[in-house]
Amino acid sequence: MRVLDKRSRISRRGFLKSSAASTAAVGALSGGMVSLPALPAWAGSLKAIDPAAAKTLLVMVRDLYPHDRLGDGYYERAIAAMDEAAAKEPALGRQLNEGAAALDAAAQTQRKTPYAALKTEEERVAVLKSMEATPFFQKVRGDMVVALYNQPEVWAKLGYEGPSAELGGYLHRGFDDIDWIKEA
Amino acid sequence: MAANFALNDDGVVVVIGSGAGGGTLANELAQKGIKVVCLEAGGRHEIQDFVNDEWKSFAQISWLDKRTTSGTWRVSKDFPNLPAWIVKAVGGSTVHWAGASLRFQEHEFKARTTYGALDGANLLDWPVTLAEMEPYYAKAESKMGTTGTNGIPRLPGNNNYKVLAAGAKKVGYSDFHTGNMSINSKARDGRGSCQQIGFCFQGCKSGAKWSTLYSEIPKGEATGNLEVRPNSQVLKIEHDARGRANAVLYADASGAVQRQRARIVAVAGNSIESPRLLLNSASPMFPDGLANSSGQVGRNYMRHMTGSVYGVFEKPVHMYRGTTMAGIVKDESRFDPRRGFVGGYEMETLSLGVPFMAAFLDPGAWGRGFSSALDAYDHMAGMWLVGEDMPRETNRVTLHATDKDKFGFAIPNVHFDDHPNDVAMRNHAFARGSAIYDAVGAKRTIHTPPYPSTHNLGTNRMSANARDGVVNKWGQAHDVKNLFVSDGSQFTTGGSENPTLTIVALAIRQADFIADQMGKREI
Repeated sequence: MRVLDKRSRISRRGFLKSSAASTAAVGALSGGMVSLPALPAWAGSLKAIDPAAAKTLLVMVRDLYPHDRLGDGYYERAIAAMDEAAAKEPALGRQLNEGAAALDAAAQTQRKTPYAALKTEEERVAVLKSMEATPFFQKVRGDMVVALYNQPEVWAKLGYEGPSAELGGYLHRGFDDIDWIKEA
Repeated sequence: MAANFALNDDGVVVVIGSGAGGGTLANELAQKGIKVVCLEAGGRHEIQDFVNDEWKSFAQISWLDKRTTSGTWRVSKDFPNLPAWIVKAVGGSTVHWAGASLRFQEHEFKARTTYGALDGANLLDWPVTLAEMEPYYAKAESKMGTTGTNGIPRLPGNNNYKVLAAGAKKVGYSDFHTGNMSINSKARDGRGSCQQIGFCFQGCKSGAKWSTLYSEIPKGEATGNLEVRPNSQVLKIEHDARGRANAVLYADASGAVQRQRARIVAVAGNSIESPRLLLNSASPMFPDGLANSSGQVGRNYMRHMTGSVYGVFEKPVHMYRGTTMAGIVKDESRFDPRRGFVGGYEMETLSLGVPFMAAFLDPGAWGRGFSSALDAYDHMAGMWLVGEDMPRETNRVTLHATDKDKFGFAIPNVHFDDHPNDVAMRNHAFARGSAIYDAVGAKRTIHTPPYPSTHNLGTNRMSANARDGVVNKWGQAHDVKNLFVSDGSQFTTGGSENPTLTIVALAIRQADFIADQMGKREI
């Protein structure tokens, strides 16, 4: 069975050479060997989300969709997509900044610690649950379930190969190569 | 070459919609020498335009015009403005359908007689029998190149199918195979064979899957009798003083409103738009909407009992490789009320890519329970459950009281509540689906709630008696003899089978009837 190698990396130069449009194909061809680095000075680079709010949101989004195999870079890019939208829509920017502050306030009230400083995921999830009904929570959850999982680099990490037509489909690339099940 | 008819040409048949019903009807009529104008609300995206990217494709071809929802169905909570996942493009939902082409069973045409009177269900027998439909099913299968018919070999099974089949065998099922699929297993009818690309829902990049977009419509255009006008949103059907349809108002690509004269009008806009159009076509002579003397227009909305089961395994599956619907277990599609419900269901493989899996696996879910499932994405097998749901008068498409579209016409609201029979069937199907995967070693099975509806049916149903439905056994409106319904909204009941083959068979049959009636000057 053709399985994907999710451990190795291609060279950073090789990765950078691929345009955004062909990233999907690179992800598929390299069999998941792409690994995204965390972005330097990421929180300060956002347009509408305050640096403090960005740090809280990063922890929040990791807690919403925790994948221990994914570095922060994947989550940062997803949040950056929401920041782009917020830059064009001031009300969204306010909702995110105020929501992050409210999340911190809830953590302070419930655990006497800001959200991102809470040590365990269990504690943070308990605070998140208390926020679940808020429009802020639902907005972040709904946007991030799209933005996080719509990244070709994430697909590769999860073993999804993305576009296949330009590679000739799977007719000769393992559509029926399962080797551990007895044919019915 | 494609025809070009004048707006004031009152000799044309106007077909509204270009999907399984409209696209087939338009070609069949054109082949008989009948002049057809086919108005399609969406654009014309050809094979080279399709993209192997779930969200990009969704934005490209889906029907995204605003709709509202109500009722207790979970779609109304998770996707309040997306009751249906269907296509707005030339080819309609034959662009994104999976290809399953199953005949109804004899008893499914006689649901009221077979199932009896169920509280809260508006069951009725079809005014058509399987025996009457068989020649048209045969023509449809030949036209579409359905595997397992006409000597066409079945497709090879992919990894996802092999897991399903092995599990089905272990739990004692016997009627399972790679399906009756209108996807070429070898080159046929000018189209190539399946390359196992996946992305069947995003438009087939090889053209192996039958779609009116690149089969029926070009053939119709080649006769010189068919003109397809894309980006033409029909707003209203008009009638003359005798109550006969005589023109169709539509907004063209520029947004300008045009009036196409018509000898006959056939409505095939899928089961939300078709009743909406009839309701929006109300007039002093038809105050409750066109062809609605029965009050049944928009009622009896069916969406099939659906759900999905995903199994997570110790070893990889890569279910997304190859056709999306790669095989079927048919054992549960029988009528057997000992199971606690009437009607039956099919179990068909299904896979979603990571983007859609994240959105639909358990809408609204978050945390480790959710993300651990996605961590196992490449170790998952998946199946879709599709069964007969009960028609209910209260499940219906209505016009929104206040919200209008950009042309000033009321948008549709879709109300749906599961019938207790639907719930009992879904619970049974979830359990049997899990049993199949458990039998081959699943470590976890996940029950996914219904997606936004892909099978929308019943809102202009056929009936023998004019008081019980909207159209007769030919799809001809009881109230307006030159008005036809040509899509799944004419279904009296839903059966357990994917509906496209029946829609196509009905369209072929309807074309024969229209030609006959035109020849006799009846219409």
